[in-house]
Parts: sequence; structure tokens; C-alpha cells
Amino acid sequence: MKDISIQELKEKAIQLRKTALTMIYGAQSGHPGGSLSAADIMAALYFKEMNVDPHNPNWEDRDRFVLSKGHVCPIQYSALALRGFVPYETIYTLREYGSPFQGHPDMKKCKGIDISTGSLGQGLSCGVGMAIAGKRDFKDYRVFALVGDGECQEGQIWEAAQTAVKYQLDNLVVFVDNNRLQIDGFCDEIMPLQDLEKKFDVFGFETKRINGHSMEEIVETLDEVRVAKNGKPKCIICDTVKGKGVSFMEDVADWHGVAPNEEQYHQAMEEVAGGLK
Amino acid sequence: MSIMEKDLTVKKATREAFGDEIVKLGKENKNIYVIDVDIAKSCKTVNFIKQLPDQHINVGIAEQNAAGLAAGLATTGKIPFVSTYAVFGSLRMLEQIRQEVCYPNLNVKIACSHGGLTPANDGGSHQAIEDMGVLRSVPNMTVIMGADYYSTRKLVEQAAKVYGPVYLRFTRDTVPIIYDENEEFTIGKAKQIKDGSDIAIIANGDTVRLALEATRELEKQGISVKLLDMHTIKPLDREAVVDCLNIGKIITVEDHNILNGLGSAVCEVVAEEGKGTVRRIGVQDQFGQSAPYEKLLELNGITTENIIKTAKEII
Repeated sequence: MKDISIQELKEKAIQLRKTALTMIYGAQSGHPGGSLSAADIMAALYFKEMNVDPHNPNWEDRDRFVLSKGHVCPIQYSALALRGFVPYETIYTLREYGSPFQGHPDMKKCKGIDISTGSLGQGLSCGVGMAIAGKRDFKDYRVFALVGDGECQEGQIWEAAQTAVKYQLDNLVVFVDNNRLQIDGFCDEIMPLQDLEKKFDVFGFETKRINGHSMEEIVETLDEVRVAKNGKPKCIICDTVKGKGVSFMEDVADWHGVAPNEEQYHQAMEEVAGGLK
Repeated sequence: MSIMEKDLTVKKATREAFGDEIVKLGKENKNIYVIDVDIAKSCKTVNFIKQLPDQHINVGIAEQNAAGLAAGLATTGKIPFVSTYAVFGSLRMLEQIRQEVCYPNLNVKIACSHGGLTPANDGGSHQAIEDMGVLRSVPNMTVIMGADYYSTRKLVEQAAKVYGPVYLRFTRDTVPIIYDENEEFTIGKAKQIKDGSDIAIIANGDTVRLALEATRELEKQGISVKLLDMHTIKPLDREAVVDCLNIGKIITVEDHNILNGLGSAVCEVVAEEGKGTVRRIGVQDQFGQSAPYEKLLELNGITTENIIKTAKEII
């Protein structure tokens, strides 16, 4: 865990948003909506909470991160670039041939990616495997997984959840980026998820629900779950807004996987830069 | 004693070979893990659970989760063997294997009992006739089926020692022991059981014993047979197949659909070389049904008699 103020973390979140937008604009391809909704969580994880070392990305005692909703990788790539895992200029190679920044995370190509993802519903199982290994090897590392709310429509999420509870993985923290939207529209219309907080709770998780854009709440909740070694895996339902920080993207399903044009990009950059106010 | 004279009445299922070998390997290496999906008894991992509980995980009836969990374990240096039936280990878990195991090239082994038509009385739903073909087409995956108890043990041991994804397929039923305990096997290298000059027979898995019986009979009738046990269908021992082209007439035998399995793999090499004739004996692109195993083999022409007949037709 790093010593950093809430104010500094908010600034990091702005940098992450700007970097992700720049990547997607440069590639003219990628997923801005979910990247922006996850930005505050990612800032707190990469700049405060996670015990990782950019100079030794495969350090065996490091905390692990699983981006189960792999399509929002621009926000993780931004974190990796800003944390020094990869040179910052690499952001201009998103989705290019030979780039470490593939369209979805590829652990073979990019330092700091702990598992390749991109097919929804599968990442949490990998996180469970990592967390079991940590327990069996008496390691102190923790595993953080970010899943989408729409992604929770996949049955495998619940297979993984029940396994995490069975094996008492209190070293596993699952964030649900609860932005209420999926590609085709609102989750409630496409396949209602009901109350995710209750669902994870009934499965046996220690569950919390927070505003996923309040850095204060994110940090406070991470402080709480860090000390709660009670045999229960943790789930933090983060209420978020898809496209957060960009007026014309917020809550608009069509911004799931579309790149901004030049005019939209400049407006978006201006708007996210003002995020502190 | 030469394999050609060996008594074929001593039998053991190759799933027993996995069950026995994995305990030995697990004791030698604490990083070897077994992941079960509620069918430990029939997949023969019960001894592993008893003796090495700290290296065992049972996820219940959740194969897709098992594949991803294995991938996660592998990223930490474990060598997980996911143990299930071939039909689930190949098809139910296919996309998880592709995305989380093969794409990142992780050190995960998919160890599957009940290969081919062997879950005979369970019917077509449980018979794995597409598994090896499907997994053969996924990059980074190695695909193996041993012919008997001892070869399977050696191949399981090797699979644990080579890095990367491996799919291993075992028989539910007993098959004759044809190799000596100390015989060596190398992944990707065909085992030549007998050299010959009139026809080449390439078989794998439990059909090697049918090919062996056919070879004995053909030899009695004065036909010289080259017999290969192609336990690894990916990477295929291309050199061994090319070597058969001196003879020019090849029969493949497998308990798998004639599409995409051993027969197809051999045909690819033969077509690329531009010479030679191949006849594929295997499941005739049809689903099985509940019936005795021998009956199902007969319905598909996977018999000693048909191998002999086919050999005589193409010589």
C-alpha cells in the first residue's frame, strides 16, 4: 500500500481518463464507456492499494489484478503506463500490430497483466485460482478482480463465486463496476441482474455497496476489507456511470465501444480535466 | 518378449494409469495439483485426494470454472491437472481452455477419462468423438492418447514435465497391456511397434490393440506390416508419417470421428507430400448410442476384421 492523499488519487483518476481517451482516440477503436466508469477504482488500486513493482512485474509476492471485463483494458493500460510498467509513449500503439496494448489484455505481450482476458465471465475463475494458490503457499498477496455488472449474466461468475466462498478466499476482492449498461442497452432491459449486493451476500461474500466515483468511499472501503481476514471473500459493488466524466458519453450505451472523433475527443479531454471541480 | 507375441489378456483401463501416475507425480512435486469436478471416483483421482489433499481442489459440477481456476493456479507456478470426462474436458470447457489456457500458453493439463466411444452404455451424449480434433485446432495445445496402461503412465509423466497446455485422453474400459513397464515414450514421437514393407497401419489409444491383432493376422498371411502407435496426434510426428510413404499405403485407426482426428492429421501430411493412399478407420461421422462398446466399434467398422479387409483392398 502506498501513502497518497485522496486529492492526489483524484488527480490520478483524471490522468487515467485522459490517457485512456487519448489511446482510444489515437487507435480510433476501443471501449471508452466502461473504461471511464472504472477509472476511479483503477486509480485507487494502482496508485494506492496494490502491492506491485513496475521493475519486477512478475514478482511472486505481488498482488494480482484480473480485468475480467477485458474490453476496458485502455484504463488498465493507462495505469500500467503511468505506473511505469511500460513506456508512456506506448499508449499511442493501442490495437496496433505488435503492440503490448492488444485490443484485449494479453499477458504474453504486456508487462503487468496477470492474466489474459477478453471473453466475459471467465476472469473471476482465474482470480480464484490465484487466490487459492496464495492461501496454499501461505503468501500474503491479494487478488483483485474487476467484473462488469452485465458480465454477471454469465453463469461462470457464480461458479467462481461459490468456489471462492468454499475455499474461504478472504484474500480475494471482487469489484463490480455497476454501470447498469451493456452493449445493447440497460442491463435491466436485456437481462435484469436483480440486487447484485444481495446475490454476492447470499453466496457467502462479505459485500459492500459504494459510490464507485467517490474516491473517499473507495479508499475507506479498501481500508476496511484489507483488515477483514474473516475467511470471507470480499465483493464491492461500485455504483458507477458508464462514460463518467464526459457529458455526451454518460449513460449512453452507444459509447460502449466507439472511439470519439476529433471534436468529441477535445471536448471529452476538457470535460474530464475539470473532474476535480 | 516382443509385442508381436505378447499375451493380450492382461488388461487395465488407462484411466487407472492416470490415477496411479498422478499420485506418484504429486508426491514428487508439490506444485502438481488436481482439480476435480465431482467425478473423482470415475476419473480415478480418489487416491490423490486421500494422499495429497493440499494439492487437490474440487469445484463441483462446474467445468468452465475449473479451466479458469487451473489457469489462475498455473500463473503462480502450479501444474494443475483438470480431471473430467473427455466430452466435458474438450467441449464444455473449450472456450475457457482456448481463452485462459492456450492463448496465454499456460502450464495446464486437461486429463480426461471416458474417451471415445468407451462410455458405451451412457449413450451418445457422453461419448467423446470430437474431442481430439477440436483441441488439435487450438494453438499451443498438445493432444495425446496412450495405448495401454504403461504407455499412458509414461505419457502423463512427460506431460507434467513439458511446459504448456496438454490434453490427455484415457479409456474408461480396460485395454490389453502391450508395452513393458520400462518402455520409453516421447511426446510427439510415434512408437514403432513393428517395421514392415507392404502396408503401414497407424493407430492410437485403445485401437492400437485392434491394429496389433490385425497385424499379427496379416503377417500370418504373408503381408508385411509397419505398425505405429501415434499416441500424440499434435504435434504429429510428421517424419514418421513421411517414412510410411515409402510403402505408400496407410491405414489409420482411431476411436474418434474420422474427421479432424488422427486420420485427418495423417491425411494432411500425405496430401502435402503429394503421394500415398490413406484409408481412415474410425467413427463414421455419426453419434453413438447406448450399446456394448464392442458393438459400437463394430457399427463403425473399428474392428480387427475391417483393418485386415481394408489392408487387403489397398495393397
